[in-house]
Amino acid sequence: MSVGIHAYGGYVPKTRLQRAAIAAANAWFNPALKGLGRGERAIANWDEDAVTMAVEAARDCLNGGGGGLTGVYLASTSLPFQDRQNAGIVAEALNLGTALQTMDVAGSQRAGTSALATALKVAAGGDRILVTAAEKRRTKAASPLELTTGDAGAAFVVGPMADDGDGIARLRGQATQSTDFIDHYRGQDEAYDYTWEERWIRDEGYLKIIPAATAEALDAAGIEAGAVTHFCFPAAMARVGGMLAKKIGMPAESVRDNLQGTLGEAGCAHPLVMLAHCLEDAKPGEIIVVVGFGQGCDALVFEATDAIAGARPEHGVTGYMARKRADDNYARFLAINDLMVIEQGLRSEVDKQTGLTTHFRNKQMILGLIGGECTACGTLQFPKSNICVNPNCNAVDSQDDHPFSSKVGKLNSYTADRLTYSMDPPAYYGMIQFDEGGRGMLDFTDVEPGRDLQVGEPMRMMFRVKDYDTKRGFRRYFWKATPVNAMEGE
Amino acid sequence: MASGIRDKVAILGMGCSKFGEHWNDNAEDLMLEAFTEALTDAGIEKNQIEAAWFSTAIEEQHVGKSGIPLAMALRLPYIPVTRVENYCASGTEAFRGAVYAVASGAADIALALGVEKLKDTGYGGLPQRSRGAVNDLYWSNASAPGSFAQLASAYQSKHGVNRDDLKRAMAHVSVKSHDNGAKNPKAHLQKPIDEERVMNAPMIAEPLGLFDCCGVSDGSACAIVTTPEIAKSLGKKDLITVKALQLSVSNGTEVQHNSWDGSYFMTTRVASKKAYEEAGIKNPRSDVSLIEVHDCFSVTELVTMEDLYISPEGGAVTDIMDGFYDADGQIPCQIDGGLKCFGHPIGASGMRMIYEMYLQMQGRAGARQRADNPTFGLTHNLGGFPHQNVCSITIVGQEGA
Repeated sequence: MSVGIHAYGGYVPKTRLQRAAIAAANAWFNPALKGLGRGERAIANWDEDAVTMAVEAARDCLNGGGGGLTGVYLASTSLPFQDRQNAGIVAEALNLGTALQTMDVAGSQRAGTSALATALKVAAGGDRILVTAAEKRRTKAASPLELTTGDAGAAFVVGPMADDGDGIARLRGQATQSTDFIDHYRGQDEAYDYTWEERWIRDEGYLKIIPAATAEALDAAGIEAGAVTHFCFPAAMARVGGMLAKKIGMPAESVRDNLQGTLGEAGCAHPLVMLAHCLEDAKPGEIIVVVGFGQGCDALVFEATDAIAGARPEHGVTGYMARKRADDNYARFLAINDLMVIEQGLRSEVDKQTGLTTHFRNKQMILGLIGGECTACGTLQFPKSNICVNPNCNAVDSQDDHPFSSKVGKLNSYTADRLTYSMDPPAYYGMIQFDEGGRGMLDFTDVEPGRDLQVGEPMRMMFRVKDYDTKRGFRRYFWKATPVNAMEGE
Repeated sequence: MASGIRDKVAILGMGCSKFGEHWNDNAEDLMLEAFTEALTDAGIEKNQIEAAWFSTAIEEQHVGKSGIPLAMALRLPYIPVTRVENYCASGTEAFRGAVYAVASGAADIALALGVEKLKDTGYGGLPQRSRGAVNDLYWSNASAPGSFAQLASAYQSKHGVNRDDLKRAMAHVSVKSHDNGAKNPKAHLQKPIDEERVMNAPMIAEPLGLFDCCGVSDGSACAIVTTPEIAKSLGKKDLITVKALQLSVSNGTEVQHNSWDGSYFMTTRVASKKAYEEAGIKNPRSDVSLIEVHDCFSVTELVTMEDLYISPEGGAVTDIMDGFYDADGQIPCQIDGGLKCFGHPIGASGMRMIYEMYLQMQGRAGARQRADNPTFGLTHNLGGFPHQNVCSITIVGQEGA
């Protein structure tokens, strides 16, 4: 059976740290960093991680849909939980139900393409799988990786494709090569990567392993290398994409922008971010090659179908790239990533222990933003409760589940609070009201520093970390409101 | 139809500690200071007290739970002691318990004492802690100023007031309270300030600056209540009696139903209406002599002027700027300095307000004594957040008024 991609989406955090600021702060120690000090990189907000970015990419991909899924995969090497299935959190946030095979894929920079490749193989059996990948790599201050890395996520729905099906990109062939080539590694309990010399990685790694896998995939597809339109090669290293194209025989112009100048390399998610970006441009019949490198190589060959133009993500990589704020505050980046010990103040000491019983019985409300709809009077409300909140109704046990996460609300009142503890003060929060019913006093996120919010301004919901329990290594997730207008960039 | 509390209970004696940063006092020291004053004022012996109500809101910070800390601090003779907590309305709740006990005939003489010892947190402002296991999962990361600050954006939007005019009126509220506090030797903050200082102060929670926020203080206040008959038999004249005690508690409408616009307090409007009715007050703007409201933040006081039906809706800014609520205005508000300057030891605050009414009506308020003879005094507390709160209203007055 033919398989392929049915939907795609991406997510890039709003803030773009200016590399010049990183280089300038660290040049006293390593002047060579100045060579990498151009452009900008996407940095996750303090309340974002691989799970939240995967959720946003998946929402972008599903665009309100999501029916018929049989599995959710999450690929990342920066998963927030070592033992608590991260893909399961993504599935809960998306309200996909429980009849799912959820799975984390990790352990290599190849995890993203491996998750996609595996899902495509599983899809041949009739499954329809949401593949997500997201990465927020920890990097040492003043490391080259700190400059070249970016935070982002991507998501795809893959499944069987009928010959005249609705899929947008048919898998034509794939191949994998596995070899224990250790360009870098991160051992158990280590926070940071240990990296070997770049020239060796290029000459013995990229330029030898990738061509072999790619040639095999093209062979399986029965496609000449010269017919490739888009080559998604994710590595940050300059000019290697061109060298590979030449070596494999793909046209030089097939090499896609690796987004190094504007986003950075999003680890194992990056090939998928590039693929999602590519699908926004791809025309029917165009051939796309995407590779993932890490202890070997995955190579996948897709052909865009006639349906490609009809299936757009909600915002796409391009939409989220446009939603940006240039930031040269390197100190803030260090602080929110625990790279600098900052005085958090006594208010930060409030215990954030989460009762796991409490969490489980309220998880639909907390992770899925499920409220109630009164069957007696129709009033929407959050949270769902025993007695309808409508003063003229008050019906008992009358509420059905009602999801709120896709709604756009409007701002009723707000403040910017410098007293309450926040990792990134001031803490913005306020009353968000949904016109069709329901409201809440909610935390806001991604509010431009110093921006005046307006009563009545439209606000959308984003899945974020609410609290970090640093004592126990737990983190609570919940939904926050953010200005809709920020989608247009500020 | 219940007849209400009007004139059924008289205040026999009251006491109030100095409010402030009592670095060297425990809560028990402050409790004894307030109690000693009240007992002397009442002119009775401790063993004549038959029941007691004890209010604290953040007891983890000082005395711990239950009525035992009061019984131990005062060595009460094994009488009933009930500890009450209802956010910042806790003090008034203790008063309500004692007054209801006397009104019901269950006790001839009852004690209400509130205390809060907050300056052991290590930082300024109210302590932040868990709000409950489920609430912690989804409530916003809100502080008290951040919650109340939101009245401003909603009020501006509703009434078409620009930010600067509102901020200026809020500043006037604080300046007025500082002027009043400067005449009160028991007040935490006793220095006058000017509007420019308020307007230019560091921002705490937009648009509330430092001087838009009340002080966090240590302190205790206390009331001993009895029936008017017993008070007279003990030789008291010109009694101050309780005219109304009302409480209104949010049921979730504000925070969950779109019928509330965020610019006012639903609870205050409910409680004040009932309180005027209970006290027999027809026109609060002309009949009420003095008010002490829950000015935790300047903007709270501003909107409360409307929720008490004293200023017309949308008219608080004008009344405030006209000096209507100044010490020499038509209805002085916070003539003792208010939460803003007298201070806000939560469990004691409601009783501190009644204490001021009691002094004013007896002509014992010293440098801040109102020249005319106050007849009705209204006190008001808000506990919680504008979007879900407890509001208490107490009206006391001259017997027979």
